[in-house]
Amino acid sequence: MTSIVKPIIPLASLPKNEIGLTIRDYEGAVSTLCAGCGHDSVTAAITHAFWELSTPPHTIAKLSGIGCSSKTPTYFVRGAHGFNSAHGRMATIATGANAANRELTYIGISGDGDSLSIGLGHLAHAIRRNVNMIYVIENNGVYGLTKGQFSASADIGSRLKKGEPNAMAPIDPVLLGLSMGATFLARSFSGDKAQLVPILKAAAAHNGLALIDVISPCVTFNDHEGSTKSYRFMREHEVKEIETDFIPIRKEIHKSLDENDATEITMHDGSVVRFRSVPSGYDPYDRQKVEEYIRERRNRGEIATGLLYVDESALDVHELNNTPEYALNTVPYQKLCPGSAELAKMMTSFC
Amino acid sequence: MEPTNDRDPNYFHKVVDCQWACPAHTDVPGYIRLIAQGRFDDAYMLNRESNVFPGVLGRTCDRPCEPACRRTRVDGSPVAICRLKRVAADLKGDISDRLPEIPEKKNSKRVACIGAGPSALTVANDLMPLGYEVVMFEQFDKPGGLMRSNIPEFRLPAKVLDEETQVILDMGVDIRYNSPITSLKALLDERFDAIFVGVGAPRAKGLELPGRHDEGETNIHSGIDWLESVAFGHVDTIGERVLIIGVGNTAMDCCRSSRRLGGKAIKVMARRPREYFKASPWELEDAEEEGVEIIVNHAPKRFVIENGRLVGMEFDVLEWDEGAVHSTVLDTVIVPCDDVILAIGQENAFPWIERDLGMEFGEWDMPVVDDVTFQSTLPGVFFGGDAAFGPKNIIWAVAHGHQAALSIHAHCSGEPVEVRPALGMEISSTKMGMNEWSYHNDYNPSPRQKMTHIELSKRFESLELEVELGFSAEQAAREVQRCLNCDVQTTFKAPLCIECDACIDICPVQCLTITENGDEAELRERLSASSVNPKQSLYVSAGLPQTGRVMVKDENVCVHCGLCAERCPTAAWDMEEFELQIPYAADSGILRIPVRRARAIIEMGS
Repeated sequence: MTSIVKPIIPLASLPKNEIGLTIRDYEGAVSTLCAGCGHDSVTAAITHAFWELSTPPHTIAKLSGIGCSSKTPTYFVRGAHGFNSAHGRMATIATGANAANRELTYIGISGDGDSLSIGLGHLAHAIRRNVNMIYVIENNGVYGLTKGQFSASADIGSRLKKGEPNAMAPIDPVLLGLSMGATFLARSFSGDKAQLVPILKAAAAHNGLALIDVISPCVTFNDHEGSTKSYRFMREHEVKEIETDFIPIRKEIHKSLDENDATEITMHDGSVVRFRSVPSGYDPYDRQKVEEYIRERRNRGEIATGLLYVDESALDVHELNNTPEYALNTVPYQKLCPGSAELAKMMTSFC
Repeated sequence: MEPTNDRDPNYFHKVVDCQWACPAHTDVPGYIRLIAQGRFDDAYMLNRESNVFPGVLGRTCDRPCEPACRRTRVDGSPVAICRLKRVAADLKGDISDRLPEIPEKKNSKRVACIGAGPSALTVANDLMPLGYEVVMFEQFDKPGGLMRSNIPEFRLPAKVLDEETQVILDMGVDIRYNSPITSLKALLDERFDAIFVGVGAPRAKGLELPGRHDEGETNIHSGIDWLESVAFGHVDTIGERVLIIGVGNTAMDCCRSSRRLGGKAIKVMARRPREYFKASPWELEDAEEEGVEIIVNHAPKRFVIENGRLVGMEFDVLEWDEGAVHSTVLDTVIVPCDDVILAIGQENAFPWIERDLGMEFGEWDMPVVDDVTFQSTLPGVFFGGDAAFGPKNIIWAVAHGHQAALSIHAHCSGEPVEVRPALGMEISSTKMGMNEWSYHNDYNPSPRQKMTHIELSKRFESLELEVELGFSAEQAAREVQRCLNCDVQTTFKAPLCIECDACIDICPVQCLTITENGDEAELRERLSASSVNPKQSLYVSAGLPQTGRVMVKDENVCVHCGLCAERCPTAAWDMEEFELQIPYAADSGILRIPVRRARAIIEMGS
């Protein structure tokens, strides 16, 4: 725990983004998580991504459930809207909020306990509905807030701090997403912001639910020898499958010669995601191949990271449900409530 | 880059910008913390160790530390270091029992000091505790040198100067007043073991223009001589309309003294635009506050004498090109006046040194003096202060005095003066517990405190009335918290790091980066916050255990808040208090290093 606040220091050399804000304007309160927690790095990556995207803080809504991970929205973009919901219910609140106001950028922060145990059902249906949001799972394989029991994402054979091995099969959020019809699936590591920040930016541009599984080591209960979610294990077993660049709409796209074979995808808002060093035989648009590839890596004891699957053509929650084009709070009252005469007219249509 | 050797005293010394910039390398953050704790005696003694005259310097120092201060990079104005030094001096109690003991049994070595200014007094201060007999020859009847004759009392009260000079004289210095030295040869014949020349730069530069030596010349004064006459009470009036030629600090003292001696319309005439003035900005402000007019782009042409009386001065009105290198004359004007004071600089003069003694003289007829040992080419004769390399400031004279004393001690002990004692360091953790440090690590956003001046209506009643009133207790309490404690160093132990990024994420100024190693120029391109000051060091770790990358810290922007160490789960980062150990003559058992490195140490402040 930190006893002091992170001071605002008006350094003249601090750069500003397109809307005149410094990165410090995208921070939140100082974290009260354990020193060295992976979640704090994810927080920092989110701060960087929104600052670099120049997203106005008041157009962001951050949501969470319960757990260490769910504390983290407090620690970024203090000017954003926020909702800290019940355990495992972040996805449902996000679905409702998104239905009511489609103009905000939604970011939900959850953990392996919140999303893969108590909230698994809600996550599954949010994926199916393709709710337009960034869904971050800060995945550390243990219940940190209750002192380190195995969570549903713990690998078979991974050991607790006191030595007990895990015997139950893990839920892999990316494989789960593939089978539920998710349209944007990525995996990253809290210790690798160079990879995570572009993925977060691409996720913000994606039309639909962007699920990002971030391996985020629990420095207190799961960073020991025998853990498969420690800093050291990740550094030794992470395989960066694909490197991703995010190119915002306003920037002109220059291709260098050696990048001519790079795969590009134009996102819903016109920005471009470019894949580099795609391994041969890998196709981030082919659900079946991606699944095979991840399973194969998994069997080798490796953790594939990167933006693993994208389908930008799928319909999002609004298109699927034919909702109004604007946020409900901007729909005129007369339209929302057309009056008794209109009601009577409608009632007669049922007769 | 190679991993930083943070056991080299100069590495962390350079991080303490104020201490690095100070010629005497005063431990500024150290004494500011002592003031914060109300330990004024300790703060004074810590100052005195390196700068000898805290009370004098707390009022008159040229403050090379302040432009260097890290705080400037944060909110634009440096910590009021000089004013805080004065707080320590003003509020201290009796420190007589903390002064070094002077041995009754002398070491049978006799040293002559010519002059009783800051450099010679520093030599005496350093040598007396070792048992030396010091004989000091002073041309006037009071000690202090240019501190007394050139700094008016409204800036430096005599009582403050008397106290700090007397402390040294009371060590048993054999001071001989009214004893100007007229022949070095005669002095050499007296067989002193060493001679120290600290006579200052006593000659004002002249301005040879038409009319300079005509009948009106009694109203044309040379700046430092006139100030000296004022200081010793020989002059107590001046005409109502005064022109000061030159815009150095002496010019400021001249115009403000004139204001107190009857001057009403006082103009300081400058050849060049304001940004090229030599005077310290605060002295210019003080002069303007007192109604002195500063006129730029006027080059003096001739003195206008009518009926044997000075009635004015003629100037060319200039227009300068960019960079103020070339000028064109736009017009010629006559500015009427009653008196003119020439304050265009001063220079050295050694008419009393015979040129057949074997002492080599170089450029501008200055004796050749080694800039590390301060010894002339005549072994056993040392120079310091303005006498050594021309006019500088008091703090330089003190720094010279310390080095000359080291040399004199080596010379008198039969050791080579070229071998200099090594700089040392102490460093220890400030960690007191969970998130507890032995220093105040909260960033305090207070603005720089303004010095209160005595009201303008009362200010000119007498020449002795000090203008600056000093900080109030509240102001001092606020100002000390602005210090960023640059001497509490961030130290990093690479083997402990797990590369969790916690330090990088918490740093309020983004001064940390974990990245692949590279050469310095290229590495600077890849830092979290862009590198804006390549003069400041990068602190580079050894390869980190998990990935072999390196931790890089840009020392330029760090505010020493300690958050990196608070958030570090493995205590790889720590906040350690650094103390530079500067060798003085009185230290014994000191390490010795070759002169080349010693030269680097001496030069680093310049």
